[in-house]
Amino acid sequence: MRQRRRTWQTLLATTASLTVAAVALTGCGGTSTDAQSAPKAAAASFEGKGPINYVSNRDASGAANKTIEEWNAAHPEEKVTFIELPDSADQQRQQLIQNAQIKSDTFSVLNLDVVWTSEFAANKWILPLPADAVPTDKMIPATVNAATYRDTLVGAPYYTDGALFYFRSDLLKAAGIAAPPKTWDEMKTACKTILALPEAAGMSCYTGQFDKNEALTVNFSEAVASAGGSIVDADGKPTVNTPEAKAGLNLLVDGFKDGTFPSDAITYLEEQGRRAFQDGKLVFMRNWPFLHASLSATDGSSKVAGKFDITSIPGTDGPGVSTLGGRSLAISPFTPNKATALEFVKFFTSEEQAQKRLALSSRAPVYASLFEDPAVVAKRPFFPTLLTSLNNAQPRPKVVQYGATTKAIQEEAYAAITGKKDTDTALNDMQAKLTELSK
Amino acid sequence: MTTTTAPPAGAQTGTPQPGTSQPDSPRRRGKRSPGEGRMAAMLLSPTLLVLALVIVYPLLSAVHQSLFRAESGLDADGFVSDVESFVGLANYADLFVGESGRRFLNAFANTTFFTVTTVFLETVLGLCLALAMNRAFRGRSFLRASILVPWAVPTAVSGLLWRWIFQSDGIANTMLGSEILWTAEGNASKVAVIIAEVWKTAPFIGLLVLAGMQVIPGEVYEAARIDGAGWWRQLGSITLPLVKPTLLVAVLFRMLDALRMFDLPFVLIGPGKESVETLSMLAWDESNQLRYGSASAFAVMLFLYVAVVAIVFVKVLGADVTGAKELKLLSKKTARKNRLAAQAASNAEQTDLANSQQKKAEATR
Amino acid sequence: MTISDLRNAAADSGAPDAPKASAAVVPGSSKTGKPKAKRTWRSYSVYAGLALIFAYCLAPFYWMLVSSLRRTADIFDNTLLPAPFSLENYAKVFDGSTMFGQALLNSLIVAGTTTTFALVLGVFAAYAISRLNFRFKSRILGVIIATSMFPGISVVVPLLRLFTDIGWINTYQAMIVPNLSFAIPLAVWNLTTFMKALPFDLEEAAMIDGCTKWQAFRRVLLPLAAPGVFTTAILTFIHSWNEFIIALSMINDPKIQTATVAISKFTGATEFQAPFGEQMAAGVIVTVPLVIMVLVFQRRIVEGLTAGASK
Repeated sequence: MRQRRRTWQTLLATTASLTVAAVALTGCGGTSTDAQSAPKAAAASFEGKGPINYVSNRDASGAANKTIEEWNAAHPEEKVTFIELPDSADQQRQQLIQNAQIKSDTFSVLNLDVVWTSEFAANKWILPLPADAVPTDKMIPATVNAATYRDTLVGAPYYTDGALFYFRSDLLKAAGIAAPPKTWDEMKTACKTILALPEAAGMSCYTGQFDKNEALTVNFSEAVASAGGSIVDADGKPTVNTPEAKAGLNLLVDGFKDGTFPSDAITYLEEQGRRAFQDGKLVFMRNWPFLHASLSATDGSSKVAGKFDITSIPGTDGPGVSTLGGRSLAISPFTPNKATALEFVKFFTSEEQAQKRLALSSRAPVYASLFEDPAVVAKRPFFPTLLTSLNNAQPRPKVVQYGATTKAIQEEAYAAITGKKDTDTALNDMQAKLTELSK
Repeated sequence: MTTTTAPPAGAQTGTPQPGTSQPDSPRRRGKRSPGEGRMAAMLLSPTLLVLALVIVYPLLSAVHQSLFRAESGLDADGFVSDVESFVGLANYADLFVGESGRRFLNAFANTTFFTVTTVFLETVLGLCLALAMNRAFRGRSFLRASILVPWAVPTAVSGLLWRWIFQSDGIANTMLGSEILWTAEGNASKVAVIIAEVWKTAPFIGLLVLAGMQVIPGEVYEAARIDGAGWWRQLGSITLPLVKPTLLVAVLFRMLDALRMFDLPFVLIGPGKESVETLSMLAWDESNQLRYGSASAFAVMLFLYVAVVAIVFVKVLGADVTGAKELKLLSKKTARKNRLAAQAASNAEQTDLANSQQKKAEATR
Repeated sequence: MTISDLRNAAADSGAPDAPKASAAVVPGSSKTGKPKAKRTWRSYSVYAGLALIFAYCLAPFYWMLVSSLRRTADIFDNTLLPAPFSLENYAKVFDGSTMFGQALLNSLIVAGTTTTFALVLGVFAAYAISRLNFRFKSRILGVIIATSMFPGISVVVPLLRLFTDIGWINTYQAMIVPNLSFAIPLAVWNLTTFMKALPFDLEEAAMIDGCTKWQAFRRVLLPLAAPGVFTTAILTFIHSWNEFIIALSMINDPKIQTATVAISKFTGATEFQAPFGEQMAAGVIVTVPLVIMVLVFQRRIVEGLTAGASK
């Protein structure tokens, strides 16, 4: 028994002494009490040439690697090494932040999701770019906007993404509906007619992506924007307690309540939706352009090849508003070879390279002209519709604390669509959380 | 011969023992020679050095960090202030109030619930696995291989696998003929985590306990068998008491791990789902949102909680887990007592033996 | 009481397959003298139990195997056999751009070194704690296990800072040393219980027979603790084989990255498509050799250790 007490005391004593030691050591262990460093916005100068690292998740198509090979062939003294990050966006962000926190010079050029722009810029983890770094006038405005923080360009748009509305053209035709629905009401009416058809037995009307995930923020933002609302206003103040936002969220809440969405859509991400649509279980679906190819596959894997079409997502009074996805390249302030990094970013995001990558990759370029090239459209028939969607697109909230913001949105939206909270409560709570974050 | 089969530790529980070891060998009197101390220091220092490097620095840095908080808000140019100010224990105090207090309590409850349920199920299942593996039968090596499999699958991959199994139109629902939304918020997600976690880690306990069983000398069982003890009685009075030290170590390490559970609910159900949010996930989430002060406070709180659980466990269940007990505590007096007790036990044993032989004789007649 | 007695004892109880120890727990073996009818009923239920255990352990793995053998197009199928059968995923795992072969080798190096160090340090420490008399014993055990109490994810950033400062980024030791923080406490605690379970008289007898303390340790104590050593080895090896977050954070050179990190970098055709088939194929690839290796080495290692006793 004495022994036991001794062990117990020991553990306590150890813990206590560690705490004391830690307090005593104040100033040597923790992060950043050093307020020096970090270049001012305008003062950024791009000097230093030499090898750099490009940090990104893998490009399965190999297109990005081709661009880098081309650069390396032309710049043997300033070689670019491709450091691959995990496939998961969360893990990419975590790695990028960890290295920025310790001011590591390993990561030189970063491939950033559009929603990380503000956070990285405000924390001075990426450098402001010179105004003439990229030909912004040739790019889709929304993509440039997404790479801008407080009127300063901090990233070079790399590729972009927008929502498409997939629909079963064969069933619409069979039901005698001439044009695809432009609004949610039209969609529901169309569903009533279509689901009554014998060939539509067992089908559901619509799905988006509703699992508690970034995809839910996307779908919520689109619903709110499509109803004429917004999540934050131009000054960054939250606006989710408005009637428009309520109408938007109610589209999703009612969709689950009245059975417009299949009940398991609450667990859907992009792939589950694709699968349900591909197996002929859905009439309508909101999704990204990437699955156009697999839905059109004629090898027997898709039951809807040739039976579907695309248009812009529906809204409340007319076509809806897509959110914007995509990536941009940014430069780390901790890399010694900033001149090389800037030249490489210019080279990588040039229209010429973007066009070359189109041969391999299905990722949508940021140059508007490439969407209208007939040779490209022949290969990617969804490009004109996507361009319409992108021209109309809204970014997700551009806030510094994006991580906390998207989490608050997911939390409350999820509570509303699962019926745990009513729409008003959820939106009021969301407003309160976002207000707290925007302080 | 007697000494070779002397009882492993934990035998003080009153198990019938053939041949009790002599308790008053010189070293057991607790005499301490300076040479031994020096040798012990030599043998232990590399271990302590490595552990200090890997854990003490991060721990100190977390405690230090937890006392600071970044200034909130942006400066005129829209930049995040990089000044952190000392806030004392404010990060800790904030854990218990308002919205973050609710999340903390929820995560605390989840962590405790998962630890209790999974460790209990793992212990039961692990014991069954060990008993099965310790049996002689054809295909035993195949059984051992199959038991190793769940532990050998990388956690990240097994999380994905289970997510696949539990998705709405996955094989779990197909086989059950159900439409349970395992990965959505709710109790089903808790069940999913428990099933996957127990699958993955029961082999850990199984393998450790098996090793404990393998060092039980066969003679002990033989004696018991002659004594007429059936399978259950052998299990209860020989196997379990003798594997107890190993089992306790296995359970302790599983508990420490389960209290820090992170990957599995994160991959299987997803971050930010309250039904399965654990304290580790909360710490991750806070640092993911760049609130390093409170993230560190969560980590330190979790550390303290784990420490308290470990202390209570060691205190209540097994001073002999530490292994230091009888070396020091076996004074002459208790030694004599033990010897007397052992004699009594062996006397009783002999009586038992006689009785059972008599019974057997009667049965054969 | 001679060395040869000890040897026999070691052989009896040391080898996991030693029939003597295992036969003892066979329920319903004839010696217990149970009625025949009951015995068959019992053995049926025992075999049913065994079958259940098999199923629980292997069914999810079977699903992993089946999923890995499907084409990307049928990856969502719920059929019990892959149709059509395809090795597409395995081809992708090894297509060169992922350097998966190299990653497997790196995992082997990291896990092997971690295990070796943990065992050596663990055996030393356990011997000291179970056999030597000195102060602060329980205090030291407390400190050792306290290192297993801090959440792993909170260790990453401080360690990254530390390893960057001392130039350890992209080195094997940056993975091995943190792995030791799991492996050593387990090794020390587990081996301590094992060594403690072995009576002192064994070594004393050996020393009376003329062995030095070291010889007594090497020839008597260690072989008897073999099952404990071996099990600790399996558990720590697999644990460090599967470690992910440290390996991901400390290493950015694909030539040094481990298998779990390589798996995390697999990409689907697009960013929304999880490369599930490939991940499962990779899971099978890292699991199966491990299990086979353990089975092959099991007997050898244990025999090797016990053989030491007869020299």
